[in-house]
Amino acid sequence: MDLFEYQGKQYFARYGIAVSPGDIADTVDQAVAVAERVGYPVVVKAQVKVGGRGKAGGVKLAHDVDEVRLHAGNILGLDIKGHVVHRLWVERSSDIAKEYYASFTLDRQNKTHLGMLSAQGGVEIEVVAEENPDAIAFLAIDPVRGLDVETARRWVNDAELDEAAREQAAELLVNLYECYTKGDCDLAEINPLILTPDNKVHALDAKVTLDENASFRHPEWEEFRADEFEDPREKLAKEKGLNYIGLDGTVGIIANGAGLAMSTLDVVNQVGGTAANFLDIGGGANADVMASALEVINTDPKVKAIFVNIFGGITRVDEVANGVLEALSRVEISTPIVLRLDGTNALEGRAILAPHLNDSLITEPTMLDAARRVVSLANA
Amino acid sequence: MSIFVDENTKVIVQGLTGGQGRFHGLRNRDYGTKVVGGVTPGKGGSDVDGVPVFNTVKEAVAATGATASFVVVPPKFASAAILEAAEGGITFIVCITEGIPAQDEAITYNRLVEEFPGVRLLGPNCPGIISPGKCNIGITSGDIALAGGPVGIVSRSGTLTYQALYELSQQGIGQTTCVGIGGDPVPGTNFIDCLAAFQADPETLAVMMIGEIGGSEEERAAEWIKTNMTKPVVSYIAGVTAPAGRKMGHAGAIISGSKGTAQAKMDALAAAGVYVCLNPTEAGQKMGEIVKAL
Repeated sequence: MDLFEYQGKQYFARYGIAVSPGDIADTVDQAVAVAERVGYPVVVKAQVKVGGRGKAGGVKLAHDVDEVRLHAGNILGLDIKGHVVHRLWVERSSDIAKEYYASFTLDRQNKTHLGMLSAQGGVEIEVVAEENPDAIAFLAIDPVRGLDVETARRWVNDAELDEAAREQAAELLVNLYECYTKGDCDLAEINPLILTPDNKVHALDAKVTLDENASFRHPEWEEFRADEFEDPREKLAKEKGLNYIGLDGTVGIIANGAGLAMSTLDVVNQVGGTAANFLDIGGGANADVMASALEVINTDPKVKAIFVNIFGGITRVDEVANGVLEALSRVEISTPIVLRLDGTNALEGRAILAPHLNDSLITEPTMLDAARRVVSLANA
Repeated sequence: MSIFVDENTKVIVQGLTGGQGRFHGLRNRDYGTKVVGGVTPGKGGSDVDGVPVFNTVKEAVAATGATASFVVVPPKFASAAILEAAEGGITFIVCITEGIPAQDEAITYNRLVEEFPGVRLLGPNCPGIISPGKCNIGITSGDIALAGGPVGIVSRSGTLTYQALYELSQQGIGQTTCVGIGGDPVPGTNFIDCLAAFQADPETLAVMMIGEIGGSEEERAAEWIKTNMTKPVVSYIAGVTAPAGRKMGHAGAIISGSKGTAQAKMDALAAAGVYVCLNPTEAGQKMGEIVKAL
């Protein structure tokens, strides 16, 4: 789960990482109230989960109440790369002496944690890595041993952070590592991490991705969930416990297993179609899950045909067949469904569907045959 | 021959008394796997359909001589179960559990490497391993596999593992061993481990490799193949049409920036002399041609 900047800053604050005083605002009046509270000048920042906010006009400096009104009014409702701004973060503006970069993520190749620290912050780290890789100090951290402040001190020296910033930065990095590990982040990134003219180090931005697998030990994540999805289809799918990603095509996809679902997208594409979504109903899906999956896809007006691609392992194909029939009895599915059913109890599943087959409920023997059929229906 | 497990492998099931453990553990036994015991703390002395249950892995190993363990416990207990297996003397651990936090996986993996260098972990979040006709540990349905070789399969995806087995079995092509390494960010066993074992196995004559978007394991495998592999390899990479920045179901399946795309993986594999196919069916047919020409 990706967090908004304001959520990331709230999360950082839990781990003792200094951030600028500020608060969220959903209206111009709220933005003014926050600005009056934290003191001018303030920065008004669009809260969207996409990069390049500044360039799109989503980050503005305001020196007084009129400027807050002007900028908040302009930014609320702004469309930044397809993301409409519904919320602002208003914080006390910081004077900046230096901008740094810091992050922790998993190094999948070496199976250790990877810290990245650079004295050249404020720009995209990918650009720094490309143009001046020596400006990034990489630190491999054994997950068993963790990061201690001694190591962090050597690290800030290696990265050639300014003298005045080093001790504070070392302590902040240890806290950020705590946030990353104990806080179960896939990514914890600060860009920029700043040094102020009066020699204070703090986080001016926050980019946090949480590991959903750890949600069982983080009840505090619940507050982040309300705003998790911008796509209404994804929101509905989440409520029904489905693993769904919305796309832009015309073929609705339901498959069991992430690999098979990805493969189904690929095959549909290869035979000239476009997928409307990725939907993995998972292992052991029963009739009810299948029915929910069809209902979610049915809410997407772009879908012209649905491809149900099942290879039964734990999932039993007879259960899937019953689910399809249950869905058809529960909701009116407005588009044709093409099914490919193989694996555990496939014969039983096909037998269950046989008496119900017609022009809008079709089975095909293989994945490729089914893909061709569903694409011809979707493109008709 | 087969790799990692064979007809002599004795297996215990950690979590045998749970719903999933019972279903799959007994299904593995019915397939012919030597399932010699189960482990559930507090339930030692009981049995599951005749399979004795022990309180600890150590007791189970002492009583049965098991060398392999099938870990089928919920995510919050999985890391402890894996480490208990290693401490108890198990050398081959298969963990099918889906949903283990990445931080836990990273610690568990590194503890295994540092403290138990002789132990191999397969998974987590994998379908398991099957050496057809000999041993099946995990959730793969035994009846889609065909004994006798000559093809080895290694796959990052569960259902695509079944699809690969099915494509080959339908053509009458058997498998030596089929290994599902799983789609999590910190897998215990990777492509290269399996490719090396298949390369060393005299009965495996060709290998099918199923990858997916995310990470760089396929690229590293391609490098390894280029310099070490003399047996033909057919590959399929899922996720050509996957959008960047979205996890496609598996925690590991995500394109970050320009890294981890299916195309980059396919290019690397093709450059290493691998037969790169565009869908599972095509991969199965290509393998059919290769096996016929052997």
